[in-house]
Amino acid sequence: MQGLIEELFLQAFANPALNAREDQACIALSELCAAGDRLAVSTDSYVIDPIFFPGGDIGKLAVCGTANDVAVSGARPRYLSCGLILEEGLPFATLARIVQSMAATAQQDGMQIVTGDTKVVPRGAADKIFINTTGFGAIPNNIDWGVHQIRQGDSIIVSGTLGDHGATILNLREGLGLASELGSDCALLAPLIAPLLNIPGVRALRDATRGGVTAVLHEFAAASGCGMEILEAALPLKPAVRGMCELLGLDALNFANEGKLVLVVAPEAEAEVLAALHQHPLGRDAAVIGHTLERQQVNVVGLFGVSRRLDLPLDEPLPRIC
Amino acid sequence: MRYIDEFRDPALTEALLQRIAQLMLLMPERQQLPLQIMEVCGGHTHAIFKFGLDRLLPDNLEFIHGPGCPVCVLPMGRIDSCLEIAAHPEVIFCTYGDAMRVRGRHGSLLDARRQGADIRVVYSPLDALQLAADNPQREVVFFGLGFETTMPASALTLQQARRRSLTNFSLFCQHITLIPTLRSLLQQPDVRIDGFLAPGHVSMVIGNAPYGFIAENYHKPLVVTGFEPLDILQGLLMLLEQLHAGRSAVENQYRRIVPEQGNRLAQQALAEVFCLKASSEWRGLGEIAHSGVQLTPGYAEFDAERRFHPQAQQVADDPRSRCGEVLTGRCKPDACPLFGKQCTPSNAFGALMVSSEGACAAYYQYRRETA
Amino acid sequence: MCLGVPGKVISVGEDLHQLATVDVCGVSLRVNIALVCEDSPQALIGQWVLVHVGFAMSLLDEQEALEMLAALEQLRAVGLERPMPEGKDALH
Repeated sequence: MQGLIEELFLQAFANPALNAREDQACIALSELCAAGDRLAVSTDSYVIDPIFFPGGDIGKLAVCGTANDVAVSGARPRYLSCGLILEEGLPFATLARIVQSMAATAQQDGMQIVTGDTKVVPRGAADKIFINTTGFGAIPNNIDWGVHQIRQGDSIIVSGTLGDHGATILNLREGLGLASELGSDCALLAPLIAPLLNIPGVRALRDATRGGVTAVLHEFAAASGCGMEILEAALPLKPAVRGMCELLGLDALNFANEGKLVLVVAPEAEAEVLAALHQHPLGRDAAVIGHTLERQQVNVVGLFGVSRRLDLPLDEPLPRIC
Repeated sequence: MRYIDEFRDPALTEALLQRIAQLMLLMPERQQLPLQIMEVCGGHTHAIFKFGLDRLLPDNLEFIHGPGCPVCVLPMGRIDSCLEIAAHPEVIFCTYGDAMRVRGRHGSLLDARRQGADIRVVYSPLDALQLAADNPQREVVFFGLGFETTMPASALTLQQARRRSLTNFSLFCQHITLIPTLRSLLQQPDVRIDGFLAPGHVSMVIGNAPYGFIAENYHKPLVVTGFEPLDILQGLLMLLEQLHAGRSAVENQYRRIVPEQGNRLAQQALAEVFCLKASSEWRGLGEIAHSGVQLTPGYAEFDAERRFHPQAQQVADDPRSRCGEVLTGRCKPDACPLFGKQCTPSNAFGALMVSSEGACAAYYQYRRETA
Repeated sequence: MCLGVPGKVISVGEDLHQLATVDVCGVSLRVNIALVCEDSPQALIGQWVLVHVGFAMSLLDEQEALEMLAALEQLRAVGLERPMPEGKDALH
């Protein structure tokens, strides 16, 4: 079995560093140095249930999620490591499908999975498959995006419709049986981000994964000292996601996304950033949703102009009936 | 979205707000003593805060957030019983998502699920019934809670269980009924409520007649009201018009959904499956006679309590919490000594902080200072 | 327990014990119709119902809905003629 797995990885992920079959991947620094002067590194573990879902699977997610965390620094994600924990009994065909999906996703944006590890644990010690990935890329010399750049009066932009991934997973995981056009938005964001490198006034980017846009706004507020205020009426939502929220009493702001950016930009950069986002298929529905405030709090302005606090969700959203 | 967005129209909202403000000016005696309107249902509370309606209305018009949130009034002891039943290895325990976070003395259903109990969130009791059909070797228990809105779903599910001979399905019944609780509120001497917004979705089942005593015996106007902003404001306007004219009647704002007589088919199903219990406990309010239901003898075989015999539970509310007074309008949520300190949504001491529809939780989420 | 959402009946089974399909803003869900139907389910197709926990609880009366909105439209028109005494803007 272990031999089969090794073969699978070597074939699917084939690249010079991996093919050398050393204990480590050797990466030429010169290539990275040519792209920038700082290394962006990010790691994340993926334990999603179900492992296949409309719009993606755990493999695609493990590549996109980590690559996106690197990409929001302005770096182009180039290399990934990958560690897999497999539950004994996971069908080889299932694993093969996930690995192929990882390889195809990485290849899409010229990323290489240069080193990896697999462990098989007894039944019950893991749930089918867990994946950890770490991503690397160089941040261009002139780019210094981050929460420290955020100023009062900046614009808050999202790159597309909110909550598609979270709504899709909730429906499957809790067996709600809602049929719809819902699908995860799982996607690589680096190509969407690339044109923004040339626009002055981009302050900070995050991909709005677990905890949704709400969590990102709280992170921005906590780290920058600025407040965040968004307008409920400005939030781009797919009708099916809105329908699900009405039906189950949930807020799409708290749903996870896997292919959406939250951006803070200087007011004078707003139009140019929006235009650049609209150029890319992933950014078609990009919209300005609010602005930053002096006082450090996170508010949402309702349909009738009344502002209220937007609290962090306690934990994963659960459907309500009352 | 049809039948939703039309009822959130900003221009019509503005028109209603203006009309309400004008009517309030015609009642100058209310400048000193604010009008207190109880919205009975947690769904109303939620909508009022979500849309900020309370802040768009004149200051001398106050909402009292009523007892109509079944999660808030769910006694801790019942959750302990849920956990006891769910701990049986053969049991698949199902309930609505709302009940998952409510804590008993030994944690919540969500905690128990994380520790390995087979507890599942369902959207409908029919989903739980299907689980029973799909897992004949397991015992599926559905924890049914809620008022008359939700009761018919439980009743029809049990009728179907009988028709399909699914003997591995049972109901842990926590269904309660609002009318006796409203009566007990009105009987308390120091409760000052000027009028009621009555819950539209309960009313679509029971009809408008059961509220008659509130208008006739207690001379309080009452308007059965829907849940969109325009519904709530129009219901409020109808109440103010009654108050201004010195009338007290039961009126129906939510005619598109609520027929005068309610839903006869639902009432028949309720009568077949449920009967009144002598007394039921409400968290924050204590025992109230005839305020809950149990299965009729004809359906007793589906009673999870008869099947699993959970221990009798008696868990007192925290004596410092002022839930009961908030529920009766004698105390605002933030006047409670525990509010926002020992008692927050992530660590709820009191009933009204437990559910996002509880008056305190809604107050905490929406009403803390934003200026 | 109040979450009820209007949805439109898209298809029905042969009798009222079979689930109907209801569309709620692009989400379709299977719904029990035994509380809004006494004989032939066919008549429900195209009707709006209020959905709560997987059950159609009430038929939506479109006429009543239109009348309510018309009444509010009337109120708005009157309000425009007679503005607030202090000219106070209620919103914002």
